Amino acid sequence: MKTYMMRKLLLVMVGALIAVQLPAQEIESILQKARQKIEKVNDYEASGKMKTNVAFLKIPVANVKVYFKKPNKLKLKSEKGVSFVPKGAVNISIGNILSGEAFTVIDAGTEKLGKDILRVAKLLPTDDNSDVVLSTVYIDPVNNVIRKARTTTRENGTYELEMTYGKYAEFGLPDKLVFSFNTKDYKLPKGITFDFDDGASTPKPKQDAKPKKGRAEISFTKYEINKGISDEVFK
Amino acid sequence: MQIELFKISKRPRTYIAFAAISAIVLIFQFAFKADGQSYMNLLLQNVQDNFDLNRTNAINGYFMCYIILNTLLVQVPILVALIAGDAISGEANMGTLRLLLSKPVSRSQVLMVKFMASFIFTVLLLVWMAVMALFLSMMIFGTDDMLIFRVKGDESQILQITQDDVMWRYFAAFGYAAVALTVIAALALLLSIFAENSIGPIVATVCIVIICTIVSNINVPVIDRNVKPWLFTSYLVGWKGFFYIGTNEEGLPIKGSLENWPAIRNSLYILFLHIAVLMGIAMLVFRKKDILS
Repeated sequence: MKTYMMRKLLLVMVGALIAVQLPAQEIESILQKARQKIEKVNDYEASGKMKTNVAFLKIPVANVKVYFKKPNKLKLKSEKGVSFVPKGAVNISIGNILSGEAFTVIDAGTEKLGKDILRVAKLLPTDDNSDVVLSTVYIDPVNNVIRKARTTTRENGTYELEMTYGKYAEFGLPDKLVFSFNTKDYKLPKGITFDFDDGASTPKPKQDAKPKKGRAEISFTKYEINKGISDEVFK
Repeated sequence: MQIELFKISKRPRTYIAFAAISAIVLIFQFAFKADGQSYMNLLLQNVQDNFDLNRTNAINGYFMCYIILNTLLVQVPILVALIAGDAISGEANMGTLRLLLSKPVSRSQVLMVKFMASFIFTVLLLVWMAVMALFLSMMIFGTDDMLIFRVKGDESQILQITQDDVMWRYFAAFGYAAVALTVIAALALLLSIFAENSIGPIVATVCIVIICTIVSNINVPVIDRNVKPWLFTSYLVGWKGFFYIGTNEEGLPIKGSLENWPAIRNSLYILFLHIAVLMGIAMLVFRKKDILS
Protein backbone atom coordinates (compact mmCIF):
# COMPACT_ATOMS: atom_id res chain seq x y z
CA MET A 1 0.00 0.00 0.00
CA LYS A 2 2.80 2.34 1.01
CA THR A 3 4.75 1.51 -2.17
CA TYR A 4 1.65 2.17 -4.28
CA MET A 5 1.20 5.57 -2.65
CA MET A 6 4.88 6.42 -3.24
CA ARG A 7 4.61 5.49 -6.94
CA LYS A 8 1.45 7.59 -7.32
CA LEU A 9 3.16 10.58 -5.70
CA LEU A 10 6.19 10.17 -7.95
CA LEU A 11 3.93 10.06 -11.03
CA VAL A 12 2.17 13.24 -9.99
CA MET A 13 5.51 15.00 -9.42
CA VAL A 14 6.91 13.91 -12.79
CA GLY A 15 3.64 14.98 -14.47
CA ALA A 16 3.81 18.39 -12.81
CA LEU A 17 7.43 18.80 -13.86
CA ILE A 18 6.57 17.93 -17.48
CA ALA A 19 3.59 20.30 -17.38
CA VAL A 20 5.91 23.16 -16.34
CA GLN A 21 8.69 22.28 -18.79
CA LEU A 22 6.51 21.83 -21.90
CA PRO A 23 5.23 25.42 -22.29
CA ALA A 24 8.77 26.72 -21.63
CA GLN A 25 10.08 24.54 -24.42
CA GLU A 26 7.19 25.60 -26.62
CA ILE A 27 7.79 29.33 -26.10
CA GLU A 28 11.49 28.83 -26.70
CA SER A 29 10.69 27.11 -29.97
CA ILE A 30 8.36 29.95 -31.01
CA LEU A 31 11.01 32.48 -30.08
CA GLN A 32 13.61 30.45 -31.95
CA LYS A 33 11.50 30.55 -35.13
CA ALA A 34 11.21 34.34 -34.88
CA ARG A 35 14.93 34.57 -34.22
CA GLN A 36 15.75 32.40 -37.25
CA LYS A 37 14.00 34.92 -39.50
CA ILE A 38 15.96 37.79 -37.99
CA GLU A 39 19.22 35.88 -38.23
CA LYS A 40 18.89 35.70 -42.01
CA VAL A 41 19.83 39.39 -41.94
CA ASN A 42 23.54 40.11 -41.58
CA ASP A 43 23.16 43.81 -42.26
CA TYR A 44 20.66 46.24 -43.67
CA GLU A 45 20.24 49.85 -44.67
CA ALA A 46 16.69 51.09 -44.33
CA SER A 47 15.20 54.38 -45.51
CA GLY A 48 12.18 55.81 -43.80
CA LYS A 49 10.38 58.76 -42.30
CA MET A 50 10.51 59.45 -38.58
CA LYS A 51 7.76 61.31 -36.77
CA THR A 52 8.75 62.31 -33.23
CA ASN A 53 6.10 63.03 -30.67
CA VAL A 54 7.48 64.59 -27.48
CA ALA A 55 5.56 67.29 -25.60
CA PHE A 56 8.28 69.96 -25.74
CA LEU A 57 9.65 69.17 -29.21
CA LYS A 58 7.90 70.65 -32.24
CA ILE A 59 9.95 69.13 -35.02
CA PRO A 60 9.03 68.09 -38.54
CA VAL A 61 8.96 64.59 -39.97
CA ALA A 62 12.57 63.62 -40.72
CA ASN A 63 13.87 61.46 -43.54
CA VAL A 64 16.05 58.91 -41.78
CA LYS A 65 18.33 56.05 -42.60
CA VAL A 66 18.79 53.12 -40.25
CA TYR A 67 21.94 51.03 -40.55
CA PHE A 68 22.29 47.64 -38.88
CA LYS A 69 25.15 45.18 -38.82
CA LYS A 70 25.45 41.95 -36.89
CA PRO A 71 25.81 41.32 -34.05
CA ASN A 72 24.39 44.54 -32.57
CA LYS A 73 25.58 47.64 -34.43
CA LEU A 74 22.81 50.08 -35.16
CA LYS A 75 22.84 53.70 -36.29
CA LEU A 76 19.91 56.01 -36.96
CA LYS A 77 20.81 59.06 -39.05
CA SER A 78 18.82 61.92 -40.43
CA GLU A 79 19.38 62.30 -44.19
CA LYS A 80 19.51 66.09 -43.94
CA GLY A 81 18.76 68.88 -41.54
CA VAL A 82 19.01 69.12 -37.79
CA SER A 83 17.67 66.00 -36.13
CA PHE A 84 16.79 64.86 -32.65
CA VAL A 85 17.46 61.12 -32.46
CA PRO A 86 16.20 59.34 -29.33
CA LYS A 87 19.19 57.94 -27.46
CA GLY A 88 17.57 54.55 -26.89
CA ALA A 89 17.08 54.16 -30.64
CA VAL A 90 19.58 51.30 -30.62
CA ASN A 91 16.73 49.27 -29.15
CA ILE A 92 14.64 49.65 -32.29
CA SER A 93 16.37 46.56 -33.62
CA ILE A 94 14.65 43.50 -32.31
CA GLY A 95 17.78 41.60 -33.36
CA ASN A 96 19.69 43.55 -30.72
CA ILE A 97 17.27 42.39 -28.06
CA LEU A 98 17.33 38.74 -29.10
CA SER A 99 20.94 38.39 -30.08
CA GLY A 100 22.26 40.17 -27.00
CA GLU A 101 23.32 38.46 -23.82
CA ALA A 102 22.18 35.03 -22.73
CA PHE A 103 18.77 35.01 -21.09
CA THR A 104 16.25 32.74 -19.49
CA VAL A 105 12.91 32.53 -21.27
CA ILE A 106 9.71 32.45 -19.24
CA ASP A 107 6.34 31.78 -20.79
CA ALA A 108 3.97 34.60 -19.81
CA GLY A 109 0.87 33.32 -21.58
CA THR A 110 -0.98 35.02 -24.37
CA GLU A 111 -2.25 38.51 -25.12
CA LYS A 112 -4.60 39.85 -27.76
CA LEU A 113 -3.31 42.60 -30.05
CA GLY A 114 -6.04 43.68 -32.43
CA LYS A 115 -7.42 40.45 -33.89
CA ASP A 116 -4.28 38.43 -33.26
CA ILE A 117 -3.46 36.27 -30.29
CA LEU A 118 0.19 36.74 -29.39
CA ARG A 119 2.44 34.61 -27.24
CA VAL A 120 4.21 36.52 -24.50
CA ALA A 121 7.75 35.66 -23.41
CA LYS A 122 9.76 37.29 -20.68
CA LEU A 123 13.50 37.29 -21.23
CA LEU A 124 15.61 37.52 -18.09
CA PRO A 125 19.32 38.17 -18.68
CA THR A 126 21.49 35.66 -16.90
CA ASP A 127 24.25 38.22 -16.36
CA ASP A 128 23.59 40.09 -13.09
CA ASN A 129 25.44 43.14 -14.38
CA SER A 130 23.44 43.47 -17.57
CA ASP A 131 21.91 46.93 -18.22
CA VAL A 132 18.72 45.19 -19.36
CA VAL A 133 16.65 44.13 -16.40
CA LEU A 134 13.82 42.48 -18.31
CA SER A 135 12.57 42.22 -21.88
CA THR A 136 9.04 41.18 -22.67
CA VAL A 137 8.38 40.13 -26.25
CA TYR A 138 5.01 39.53 -27.87
CA ILE A 139 5.34 36.98 -30.66
CA ASP A 140 2.95 36.33 -33.52
CA PRO A 141 3.10 32.48 -33.58
CA VAL A 142 1.47 32.29 -37.03
CA ASN A 143 3.92 34.55 -38.90
CA ASN A 144 6.82 33.99 -36.49
CA VAL A 145 7.52 37.69 -35.99
CA ILE A 146 7.80 39.83 -32.90
CA ARG A 147 4.99 42.37 -32.84
CA LYS A 148 5.76 44.13 -29.60
CA ALA A 149 8.65 44.34 -27.14
CA ARG A 150 9.17 46.11 -23.86
CA THR A 151 12.68 46.46 -22.45
CA THR A 152 13.38 47.75 -18.97
CA THR A 153 16.91 48.98 -18.38
CA ARG A 154 18.75 50.04 -15.25
CA GLU A 155 19.98 53.37 -16.60
CA ASN A 156 17.59 54.52 -19.30
CA GLY A 157 14.11 53.55 -18.17
CA THR A 158 11.71 51.49 -20.23
CA TYR A 159 11.53 51.31 -24.03
CA GLU A 160 8.60 49.94 -25.94
CA LEU A 161 8.43 48.82 -29.55
CA GLU A 162 5.40 48.05 -31.66
CA MET A 163 5.91 46.71 -35.14
CA THR A 164 3.76 46.25 -38.19
CA TYR A 165 5.02 43.92 -40.89
CA GLY A 166 4.62 43.91 -44.65
CA LYS A 167 6.85 42.94 -47.53
CA TYR A 168 9.96 42.36 -45.43
CA ALA A 169 8.24 40.06 -42.92
CA GLU A 170 10.26 37.06 -44.16
CA PHE A 171 13.37 38.75 -42.68
CA GLY A 172 11.54 39.81 -39.51
CA LEU A 173 11.92 43.46 -40.52
CA PRO A 174 8.97 45.79 -39.92
CA ASP A 175 7.44 48.25 -42.38
CA LYS A 176 6.49 50.49 -39.50
CA LEU A 177 7.62 50.70 -35.92
CA VAL A 178 6.56 52.81 -33.00
CA PHE A 179 9.26 53.37 -30.41
CA SER A 180 8.17 54.70 -27.00
CA PHE A 181 10.66 55.97 -24.44
CA ASN A 182 10.88 57.95 -21.23
CA THR A 183 11.68 61.65 -21.41
CA LYS A 184 12.38 64.25 -18.77
CA ASP A 185 10.73 67.63 -18.37
CA TYR A 186 12.39 70.43 -20.32
CA LYS A 187 12.60 73.78 -18.61
CA LEU A 188 14.39 76.88 -19.92
CA PRO A 189 15.01 79.80 -17.60
CA LYS A 190 12.69 82.58 -18.80
CA GLY A 191 15.40 85.27 -18.72
CA ILE A 192 17.49 83.55 -21.40
CA THR A 193 15.05 83.84 -24.24
CA PHE A 194 13.19 87.22 -23.79
CA ASP A 195 10.10 85.72 -25.37
CA PHE A 196 7.26 87.47 -27.11
CA ASP A 197 4.20 86.96 -24.94
CA ASP A 198 1.41 86.61 -27.51
CA GLY A 199 -1.21 86.18 -24.80
CA ALA A 200 -1.97 82.61 -25.84
CA SER A 201 -2.61 80.60 -22.71
CA THR A 202 -1.12 77.15 -22.30
CA PRO A 203 -2.37 74.57 -19.85
CA LYS A 204 -0.06 74.28 -16.86
CA PRO A 205 1.87 71.01 -17.14
CA LYS A 206 1.04 68.56 -14.38
CA GLN A 207 3.84 68.24 -11.85
CA ASP A 208 3.62 64.50 -11.32
CA ALA A 209 6.43 62.16 -10.47
CA LYS A 210 5.67 59.85 -13.40
CA PRO A 211 8.21 59.95 -16.19
CA LYS A 212 6.95 61.55 -19.41
CA LYS A 213 6.60 59.39 -22.50
CA GLY A 214 7.93 60.19 -25.92
CA ARG A 215 7.20 58.40 -29.17
CA ALA A 216 9.06 58.05 -32.43
CA GLU A 217 7.20 56.50 -35.33
CA ILE A 218 9.31 55.25 -38.23
CA SER A 219 7.70 54.18 -41.50
CA PHE A 220 10.20 52.33 -43.64
CA THR A 221 9.98 52.64 -47.39
CA LYS A 222 12.94 50.52 -48.45
CA TYR A 223 15.39 47.97 -47.03
CA GLU A 224 18.65 46.95 -48.62
CA ILE A 225 19.44 43.64 -46.97
CA ASN A 226 22.78 41.83 -46.82
CA LYS A 227 24.53 44.21 -49.21
CA GLY A 228 27.39 44.85 -46.78
CA ILE A 229 27.87 47.98 -44.65
CA SER A 230 31.17 49.59 -43.70
CA ASP A 231 31.96 49.90 -40.00
CA GLU A 232 32.66 53.61 -40.63
CA VAL A 233 28.91 54.22 -40.77
CA PHE A 234 28.54 53.32 -37.11
CA LYS A 235 31.21 55.73 -35.83
CA MET B 1 14.97 115.31 -46.91
CA GLN B 2 18.26 115.08 -48.79
CA ILE B 3 19.70 117.82 -46.58
CA GLU B 4 18.56 115.98 -43.45
CA LEU B 5 20.12 112.72 -44.65
CA PHE B 6 23.29 114.62 -45.57
CA LYS B 7 23.38 116.08 -42.03
CA ILE B 8 22.96 112.63 -40.48
CA SER B 9 25.69 111.21 -42.70
CA LYS B 10 28.10 113.96 -41.62
CA ARG B 11 27.68 113.27 -37.90
CA PRO B 12 30.32 110.93 -36.44
CA ARG B 13 27.79 109.47 -34.02
CA THR B 14 25.88 108.01 -36.98
CA TYR B 15 28.81 105.71 -37.66
CA ILE B 16 29.12 104.83 -33.97
CA ALA B 17 25.84 102.92 -34.37
CA PHE B 18 27.06 100.96 -37.39
CA ALA B 19 30.44 100.30 -35.76
CA ALA B 20 28.78 99.17 -32.53
CA ILE B 21 26.55 96.71 -34.41
CA SER B 22 29.52 95.38 -36.39
CA ALA B 23 31.58 94.93 -33.22
CA ILE B 24 28.83 93.14 -31.29
CA VAL B 25 27.99 90.83 -34.21
CA LEU B 26 31.64 89.96 -34.86
CA ILE B 27 32.23 89.21 -31.16
CA PHE B 28 29.17 86.92 -31.14
CA GLN B 29 30.31 85.16 -34.29
CA PHE B 30 33.82 84.65 -32.98
CA ALA B 31 32.52 83.36 -29.62
CA PHE B 32 30.14 80.88 -31.26
CA LYS B 33 32.75 79.73 -33.76
CA ALA B 34 35.15 79.11 -30.89
CA ASP B 35 32.72 77.51 -28.42
CA GLY B 36 29.12 77.51 -29.56
CA GLN B 37 28.68 74.03 -28.11
CA SER B 38 28.68 75.36 -24.54
CA TYR B 39 25.79 77.71 -25.30
CA MET B 40 23.95 74.88 -27.04
CA ASN B 41 24.54 72.66 -23.99
CA LEU B 42 23.01 75.36 -21.79
CA LEU B 43 19.93 75.54 -24.00
CA LEU B 44 19.55 71.80 -24.39
CA GLN B 45 20.08 70.94 -20.71
CA ASN B 46 18.42 67.60 -19.93
CA VAL B 47 17.27 67.08 -23.53
CA GLN B 48 20.78 65.70 -24.07
CA ASP B 49 19.97 62.80 -21.73
CA ASN B 50 17.29 61.54 -24.08
CA PHE B 51 18.31 62.76 -27.53
CA ASP B 52 21.32 62.99 -29.77
CA LEU B 53 21.51 66.22 -31.75
CA ASN B 54 23.96 67.01 -34.54
CA ARG B 55 25.00 70.31 -32.98
CA THR B 56 27.38 71.39 -35.70
CA ASN B 57 24.36 71.64 -38.00
CA ALA B 58 22.24 73.25 -35.28
CA ILE B 59 24.65 76.18 -34.84
CA ASN B 60 24.13 77.60 -38.31
CA GLY B 61 23.72 81.07 -39.82
CA TYR B 62 19.96 81.25 -39.19
CA PHE B 63 20.32 80.24 -35.54
CA MET B 64 23.20 82.69 -35.07
CA CYS B 65 21.20 85.59 -36.47
CA TYR B 66 18.29 84.81 -34.13
CA ILE B 67 20.60 84.71 -31.11
CA ILE B 68 22.29 87.97 -32.15
CA LEU B 69 18.99 89.76 -32.79
CA ASN B 70 17.70 88.48 -29.46
CA THR B 71 20.47 90.39 -27.73
CA LEU B 72 21.01 93.25 -30.14
CA LEU B 73 17.44 94.40 -30.62
CA VAL B 74 17.36 95.26 -26.92
CA GLN B 75 20.34 97.62 -27.42
CA VAL B 76 19.47 99.08 -30.82
CA PRO B 77 16.85 101.50 -29.42
CA ILE B 78 19.78 103.30 -27.78
CA LEU B 79 21.45 103.68 -31.18
CA VAL B 80 18.24 104.96 -32.75
CA ALA B 81 17.84 107.45 -29.89
CA LEU B 82 21.35 108.77 -30.62
CA ILE B 83 20.18 110.10 -33.97
CA ALA B 84 16.48 110.84 -33.45
CA GLY B 85 17.10 112.52 -30.07
CA ASP B 86 19.44 114.94 -31.78
CA ALA B 87 17.09 115.86 -34.65
CA ILE B 88 15.55 119.08 -33.21
CA SER B 89 17.64 119.62 -30.10
CA GLY B 90 20.83 119.43 -32.18
CA GLU B 91 19.59 122.31 -34.34
CA ALA B 92 18.61 124.25 -31.22
CA ASN B 93 22.00 123.61 -29.69
CA MET B 94 23.83 124.88 -32.77
CA GLY B 95 21.47 127.83 -33.09
CA THR B 96 20.28 126.78 -36.54
CA LEU B 97 16.69 125.94 -35.60
CA ARG B 98 15.45 129.54 -35.97
CA LEU B 99 17.20 129.79 -39.30
CA LEU B 100 15.69 126.49 -40.43
CA LEU B 101 12.18 127.55 -39.50
CA SER B 102 12.52 130.88 -41.26
CA LYS B 103 12.59 128.98 -44.57
CA PRO B 104 9.33 128.80 -46.54
CA VAL B 105 8.34 125.41 -45.18
CA SER B 106 5.85 124.68 -42.44
CA ARG B 107 6.96 123.41 -39.03
CA SER B 108 4.96 120.22 -39.66
CA GLN B 109 6.96 119.62 -42.82
CA VAL B 110 10.23 120.20 -40.98
CA LEU B 111 9.20 117.76 -38.26
CA MET B 112 7.99 115.16 -40.76
CA VAL B 113 11.25 115.39 -42.71
CA LYS B 114 13.21 114.95 -39.46
CA PHE B 115 11.03 111.95 -38.63
CA MET B 116 11.47 110.42 -42.09
CA ALA B 117 15.24 110.92 -41.91
CA SER B 118 15.28 109.11 -38.52
CA PHE B 119 13.13 106.35 -40.03
CA ILE B 120 15.54 105.93 -42.96
CA PHE B 121 18.45 105.80 -40.53
CA THR B 122 16.62 103.09 -38.55
CA VAL B 123 16.00 101.06 -41.71
CA LEU B 124 19.64 101.42 -42.78
CA LEU B 125 20.70 100.26 -39.33
CA LEU B 126 18.48 97.17 -39.69
CA VAL B 127 19.76 96.50 -43.20
CA TRP B 128 23.31 96.63 -41.84
CA MET B 129 22.27 94.31 -39.03
CA ALA B 130 20.81 91.90 -41.59
CA VAL B 131 24.02 92.00 -43.60
CA MET B 132 26.21 91.37 -40.56
CA ALA B 133 24.07 89.11 -38.40
CA LEU B 134 22.27 87.13 -41.08
CA PHE B 135 24.22 87.06 -44.32
CA LEU B 136 27.70 87.09 -42.77
CA SER B 137 26.63 84.37 -40.30
CA MET B 138 25.26 82.33 -43.20
CA MET B 139 28.67 82.59 -44.86
CA ILE B 140 30.57 81.66 -41.70
CA PHE B 141 28.30 79.00 -40.22
CA GLY B 142 26.42 77.76 -43.28
CA THR B 143 22.68 77.10 -43.41
CA ASP B 144 20.46 74.34 -42.09
CA ASP B 145 17.21 73.93 -40.22
CA MET B 146 16.66 76.50 -37.50
CA LEU B 147 16.01 75.73 -33.85
CA ILE B 148 14.02 78.12 -31.69
CA PHE B 149 14.16 77.76 -27.91
CA ARG B 150 11.27 79.44 -26.19
CA VAL B 151 9.26 79.61 -22.99
CA LYS B 152 5.52 79.65 -23.60
CA GLY B 153 3.50 80.15 -20.46
CA ASP B 154 4.76 77.47 -18.10
CA GLU B 155 6.18 75.31 -20.87
CA SER B 156 9.58 75.32 -22.51
CA GLN B 157 9.62 74.32 -26.14
CA ILE B 158 12.06 73.62 -28.94
CA LEU B 159 10.72 74.47 -32.39
CA GLN B 160 12.38 73.39 -35.61
CA ILE B 161 11.90 75.35 -38.81
CA THR B 162 13.13 73.76 -42.03
CA GLN B 163 15.69 75.89 -43.85
CA ASP B 164 13.45 76.52 -46.86
CA ASP B 165 10.91 78.12 -44.51
CA VAL B 166 13.25 80.55 -42.73
CA MET B 167 14.12 83.45 -45.02
CA TRP B 168 10.65 84.99 -45.37
CA ARG B 169 10.40 84.97 -41.57
CA TYR B 170 13.58 87.04 -41.33
CA PHE B 171 12.28 89.57 -43.88
CA ALA B 172 9.03 89.84 -41.92
CA ALA B 173 10.91 90.06 -38.60
CA PHE B 174 13.18 92.86 -39.87
CA GLY B 175 10.09 94.67 -41.19
CA TYR B 176 8.47 94.36 -37.77
CA ALA B 177 11.66 95.53 -36.06
CA ALA B 178 11.67 98.62 -38.33
CA VAL B 179 8.19 99.54 -37.07
CA ALA B 180 9.16 98.84 -33.44
CA LEU B 181 12.31 100.97 -33.65
CA THR B 182 10.38 103.75 -35.36
CA VAL B 183 8.40 104.07 -32.11
CA ILE B 184 11.70 104.78 -30.36
CA ALA B 185 12.60 107.30 -33.08
CA ALA B 186 9.22 109.04 -32.61
CA LEU B 187 9.68 109.11 -28.84
CA ALA B 188 13.22 110.52 -29.11
CA LEU B 189 12.03 113.11 -31.64
CA LEU B 190 9.22 114.22 -29.31
CA LEU B 191 11.63 114.61 -26.39
CA SER B 192 14.07 116.37 -28.70
CA ILE B 193 11.56 119.21 -29.15
CA PHE B 194 11.70 120.07 -25.44
CA ALA B 195 15.50 120.25 -25.17
CA GLU B 196 18.18 122.64 -26.30
CA ASN B 197 20.95 120.06 -26.33
CA SER B 198 21.07 116.46 -27.54
CA ILE B 199 22.13 114.73 -24.35
CA GLY B 200 18.84 115.30 -22.51
CA PRO B 201 16.46 113.68 -25.04
CA ILE B 202 18.90 110.83 -25.80
CA VAL B 203 19.35 109.97 -22.10
CA ALA B 204 15.63 110.43 -21.40
CA THR B 205 14.70 108.10 -24.28
CA VAL B 206 17.18 105.47 -23.14
CA CYS B 207 15.89 105.72 -19.55
CA ILE B 208 12.27 105.34 -20.66
CA VAL B 209 13.17 102.32 -22.81
CA ILE B 210 15.15 100.70 -19.97
CA ILE B 211 12.44 101.26 -17.34
CA CYS B 212 9.66 100.07 -19.64
CA THR B 213 11.70 97.02 -20.71
CA ILE B 214 12.29 96.06 -17.09
CA VAL B 215 8.59 96.44 -16.28
CA SER B 216 7.73 94.42 -19.43
CA ASN B 217 9.88 91.57 -18.16
CA ILE B 218 8.56 91.49 -14.60
CA ASN B 219 6.33 88.45 -14.22
CA VAL B 220 3.74 89.66 -11.75
CA PRO B 221 0.11 88.92 -12.70
CA VAL B 222 -1.17 92.39 -11.72
CA ILE B 223 1.46 94.04 -13.94
CA ASP B 224 0.87 91.48 -16.70
CA ARG B 225 -2.80 92.42 -16.84
CA ASN B 226 -2.82 96.15 -16.15
CA VAL B 227 0.52 97.64 -17.14
CA LYS B 228 2.23 95.55 -19.82
CA PRO B 229 -0.47 95.95 -22.49
CA TRP B 230 0.12 99.74 -22.38
CA LEU B 231 3.89 99.65 -22.71
CA PHE B 232 5.40 99.77 -26.19
CA THR B 233 8.37 97.75 -24.93
CA SER B 234 6.03 94.76 -24.48
CA TYR B 235 5.71 94.69 -28.26
CA LEU B 236 9.35 95.32 -29.23
CA VAL B 237 10.08 91.59 -29.21
CA GLY B 238 7.03 90.83 -31.36
CA TRP B 239 9.36 90.08 -34.29
CA LYS B 240 9.93 86.71 -32.64
CA GLY B 241 6.33 85.82 -33.37
CA PHE B 242 7.38 85.21 -36.98
CA PHE B 243 9.57 82.34 -35.75
CA TYR B 244 6.86 80.72 -33.63
CA ILE B 245 5.76 78.23 -36.25
CA GLY B 246 2.23 76.83 -36.13
CA THR B 247 1.80 73.14 -35.34
CA ASN B 248 -0.91 70.57 -36.04
CA GLU B 249 -2.68 68.41 -33.43
CA GLU B 250 0.23 65.97 -33.47
CA GLY B 251 2.71 68.75 -32.65
CA LEU B 252 4.27 68.71 -36.12
CA PRO B 253 5.26 72.14 -37.47
CA ILE B 254 3.25 73.40 -40.44
CA LYS B 255 5.53 74.91 -43.07
CA GLY B 256 4.81 78.57 -43.83
CA SER B 257 2.52 79.00 -40.83
CA LEU B 258 2.55 81.29 -37.81
CA GLU B 259 1.35 80.18 -34.41
CA ASN B 260 -0.44 83.41 -33.61
CA TRP B 261 -0.65 85.92 -36.48
CA PRO B 262 -3.47 87.92 -34.81
CA ALA B 263 -1.18 88.64 -31.84
CA ILE B 264 1.57 89.89 -34.18
CA ARG B 265 -0.92 91.96 -36.18
CA ASN B 266 -2.37 93.50 -33.01
CA SER B 267 1.15 94.29 -31.77
CA LEU B 268 1.85 96.04 -35.07
CA TYR B 269 -1.37 98.06 -34.73
CA ILE B 270 -0.37 99.09 -31.20
CA LEU B 271 3.11 100.13 -32.39
CA PHE B 272 1.61 102.14 -35.27
CA LEU B 273 -0.75 103.75 -32.76
CA HIS B 274 2.23 104.70 -30.58
CA ILE B 275 3.98 106.26 -33.59
CA ALA B 276 0.83 108.21 -34.51
CA VAL B 277 0.23 109.43 -30.94
CA LEU B 278 3.88 110.39 -30.31
CA MET B 279 4.18 112.17 -33.64
CA GLY B 280 0.80 113.84 -33.12
CA ILE B 281 1.93 115.23 -29.77
CA ALA B 282 5.29 116.22 -31.29
CA MET B 283 3.49 118.04 -34.10
CA LEU B 284 1.18 119.91 -31.68
CA VAL B 285 4.03 120.93 -29.39
CA PHE B 286 6.43 121.89 -32.17
CA ARG B 287 3.88 124.04 -34.01
CA LYS B 288 3.16 126.07 -30.88
CA LYS B 289 6.69 126.15 -29.50
CA ASP B 290 8.46 129.46 -29.03
CA ILE B 291 11.76 129.16 -30.82
CA LEU B 292 14.30 131.06 -28.78
CA SER B 293 17.50 129.55 -30.08
